Amino acid sequence: MNVLFPATVEAALEALCAEPDAHVMAGGTDLLVRCRAEQNRPETLVCLEKVADLAGFEISDGRIRIGAATSMTAVLENAAVRERLPLLHGAAKVFASPLVRNMATLGGNVCTASPAADMLPPLYALGAEVELRSLSGVRTMPVNDFIVGPGQMALAPGELLSAIIIPIPEGRTIQYFEKVGRRKALAISVVSLAALLRVEDGVIAEARLAWGSVGPMVIRCPEAEALLKGRSLTLGALREAGEKVRDTVSPISDVRASAEYRRQVAANLLLRLAQISGAH
Amino acid sequence: MIISFVLDGEARTLEVDGGARAVDILRESCGVTAPKEGCGTGECGACTVLVDGVPRLSCLMLAAQLDGRAVITAQGLASDGPHPVQEALADLGGVQCGYCTPGIAVTAAEFLERHPDPTREEIREALSGNLCRCTGYHKIVDAVEDAAKRLGSGCGRDE
Ligand SMILES: Cc1cc2nc3c(=O)[nH]c(=O)nc-3n(C[C@H](O)[C@H](O)[C@H](O)COP(=O)(O)OP(=O)(O)OC[C@H]3O[C@@H](n4cnc5c(N)ncnc54)[C@H](O)[C@@H]3O)c2cc1C
Ligand code: FES
Ligand code: FES
Repeated sequence: MNVLFPATVEAALEALCAEPDAHVMAGGTDLLVRCRAEQNRPETLVCLEKVADLAGFEISDGRIRIGAATSMTAVLENAAVRERLPLLHGAAKVFASPLVRNMATLGGNVCTASPAADMLPPLYALGAEVELRSLSGVRTMPVNDFIVGPGQMALAPGELLSAIIIPIPEGRTIQYFEKVGRRKALAISVVSLAALLRVEDGVIAEARLAWGSVGPMVIRCPEAEALLKGRSLTLGALREAGEKVRDTVSPISDVRASAEYRRQVAANLLLRLAQISGAH
Repeated sequence: MIISFVLDGEARTLEVDGGARAVDILRESCGVTAPKEGCGTGECGACTVLVDGVPRLSCLMLAAQLDGRAVITAQGLASDGPHPVQEALADLGGVQCGYCTPGIAVTAAEFLERHPDPTREEIREALSGNLCRCTGYHKIVDAVEDAAKRLGSGCGRDE
């Protein structure tokens, strides 16, 4: 197997262009596990770990731009993420283990496009965009348009995910992430909820809710969001929204949990928002 | 491909298949058997080594990724006599079969450099990617807590 270590984005894109069958490797924590499980060794890997331009944070115009190959440890430790995007910080905190976080990247989690990928529900709820780069230029699109199916993305041949761009929520927001797994560290989520509520004068002005692991892709529930909008943040309102969620999600049963359990937990997780905001 | 790296302070150059795993070349080509393979899928931490000072899982790294880097294993940690973490693990019964110990030692040693005065909760979180099937963790946490004291009071190694 041939492993390439380009030092610049351009060199990485040229390598992908020259070898259309090459696989991109960021942290390798999904890719190498999968190659081994499937006994499938790609001919060529283009490893992103030396591409400095693909890692790091930039804050401008009310947005945080995170390079796709930024490690999850760096995401967890970034002060701007902690202060301005507690939703993303909260998910990074329960992501895998410190050892995996040292290797895994944010972009790799997005490109895994798994319904259980922990960083996706926060990115959906925050209205994040992905930046895609190829030799012919750069384009951006909302993360929910980028992910088109389980494990599938709107990534053209020769294209790389170069960054994730997240608008910093304006004003005061309640941001909350919770993952229910079978144990605390290293558990694939059974259900996760990313919630972003803007409450003005006790009334919910905006609600953005995204669940992981309750369908083939991350799911938002516009019915529940609409139901909460314009109401005060009460346990009653959250219960009603939970009913909508229960009807909307279509989880599967697997070794980790039954569909009915997931449906129930997806609804119940909303009630935590009352707890953390002190509503009754 | 040819890779060159520094392993436990010693320069190494070897010819490897780019797709070979780091854990295999460390153990088999370099004869450094401190990193153990438990799960091979990133879940147990027995294969942890420090790569340029950062704890990484050698079962999920390619040999090619070691090129130009400095690797420290639990063996290298003990090159001037046991590291205070290793001493504490032995003294306080944080070792039983010992399979997890090299991974725990390097993870804990690096953690204590960044957090010289950790809480038990922080120690547990730091070691959450290192599984042990024997000790029940209690004694491992005791040992890391004790190692922090040994390091802090200067009765560890002098640097
Ligand atoms: C023990 C263990 C525990 C885990 N726990 C969790 C967990 O709690 N939560 C969770 O969500 N995930 C978890 N994972 C899965 C994995 O660590 C994450 O999905 C991680 O973010 C993947 O990132 P990576 O950089 O390692 O990706 P890689 O494995 O390098 O790549 C993953 C895929 O994305 C592609 N890719 C990567 N970067 C790019 C890019 N910039 N442009 C285009 N394509 C790209 C690759 O070609 C590959 O197909 C765990 C994995 C392990 C081994
Ligand atoms: S062998 Fe590498 S984590 Fe288990
Ligand atoms: S001492 Fe046996 S696995 Fe930890």
